[in-house]
Amino acid sequence: MSTLELDRGRPAEAKLRVIDCDIHPAMNAWTEVHPYLAKKWIEHLTVYGSHLRHAFSEALTHPRMSPDAARVDAYPDEGGPPGSSLALMRSQHLDPNGVAFGMLIPLRWNPGSQRNLDFGVALTLAMNTWQVERWVKNEPRLRASILIAQEDTVGSVAEIEARASDPNFTQILLLPRTDEPLGRRRYWPIFEAAERNNLPIAVHVGGTNGHSSTGGGWPSYYMEEHHAVAETMQSVLSSLVFEGVFERFPGLRVVIMEGGLGWIPSFSARMDKHWSRLRSEVPHLKRSPSEYIREHVWFTTQPMEEPGRASQLIDLFDRIGWDRLLFSTDYPHWDFDDPRHAFKAPLSEAQRAQLLYGNAQAFYGID
Amino acid sequence: MARHVVATVDDIAPGQRKLVHVQGRDIGIFNVGGEFFAIANRCPHEGASLCKGRVVGLVESSEPGSYQLSRPGEMVRCPWHGWEFDLRTGKSWCDPLRTKVRAFDLKVEEGAALVEETLLRTFPVSIERQYVVIEV
Repeated sequence: MSTLELDRGRPAEAKLRVIDCDIHPAMNAWTEVHPYLAKKWIEHLTVYGSHLRHAFSEALTHPRMSPDAARVDAYPDEGGPPGSSLALMRSQHLDPNGVAFGMLIPLRWNPGSQRNLDFGVALTLAMNTWQVERWVKNEPRLRASILIAQEDTVGSVAEIEARASDPNFTQILLLPRTDEPLGRRRYWPIFEAAERNNLPIAVHVGGTNGHSSTGGGWPSYYMEEHHAVAETMQSVLSSLVFEGVFERFPGLRVVIMEGGLGWIPSFSARMDKHWSRLRSEVPHLKRSPSEYIREHVWFTTQPMEEPGRASQLIDLFDRIGWDRLLFSTDYPHWDFDDPRHAFKAPLSEAQRAQLLYGNAQAFYGID
Repeated sequence: MARHVVATVDDIAPGQRKLVHVQGRDIGIFNVGGEFFAIANRCPHEGASLCKGRVVGLVESSEPGSYQLSRPGEMVRCPWHGWEFDLRTGKSWCDPLRTKVRAFDLKVEEGAALVEETLLRTFPVSIERQYVVIEV
């Protein structure tokens, strides 16, 4: 690979047209959701607070590389955390990066990991209304996600049904560190509601389920935690496949968000190998695991792999399937991918357009 | 190559930086404890503005469990992905041969010496002040 030389003046600005499948909106203050919470839950929040399924209330499983996990240049002049200012989101991201549509992935409150299930469900209602009132109504390029508290499937299904016909919402959102592996039958009512309403399930890294973040225990460093997102997504996929979720719900579509890409071909191949020898343990699988993944699962691109040799990136896309990759930036987080520079491989204009726009357009049914 | 007056010394306090535009280039001028350095502003990885990054020291270790902090204020971390660039050379710590930004020759000069010289300047030069001059 030759020396990176972005510093030789700006490249000619090609017209960008992007669907960003991972934008994180933030709140100036937690009280922003109060208008959408029943009075009893405001009282609950004030008296008892938010309690996740791990030791330190409101803590992340590991401190991030950067405060707020954010780009240093994403703090609004008017104050508030990165992602809280629509004006800055427009001037710093949506406008210059040609974002025609942006999918909101709200992470605040982590309602799916709240120990109090009813409170978790109440927070999803509030967060979902907040996305529409605070963001989508003020910026027509943005779309909301139906956040659910997956440990309460009754509450989750009710929220899915309540939002399913609202065009402001494009998908159902949950975080993958759930109480049990995501394919377990306790979660099937959610998949049934998703399939019935033709809504994809977005699984974005995160969640605090009280289990260690790696299969080998609690790691010391953020770098290890950051890598463990891939382990978590592998657990999600193997559970969905081997539990037979895609057999039972043939119309279900899943998008894995921010889990990385490099591991997907080897993971699929390994599952296929095991299936060819151990198939009788899971006779409800009618096809090889990789076929289910190829048919039912999409992946967002950020954090993009940088293998060093461009041909290896092309080979990776060939093996995953070019039509399964949905471009995402992760704005305003520190590991943001810029649509101009994220793909360190020569792409044809058609390939670039497919990755940046066409795949997500087809996936979300955008006209 | 030409010499450009881009700032007065007083414009940039120690620990601070200033973004300047010279011949179509964005260049960051950094004051490290009274010593000035100029590097290209755009991160070679994905294009972020290095002037918006945090200025830090160099953390090293001779063995696990041992930490040394040296060269305070001589590295800038990209505001996005955290690549560390040496303000003296423009080279990144992790990949100095391939991932680097151009470092420009910089001199601090007396206004009295500059007023007689024909050179590119973005503002008037007076004899009683000191100026940052870079060669681009």
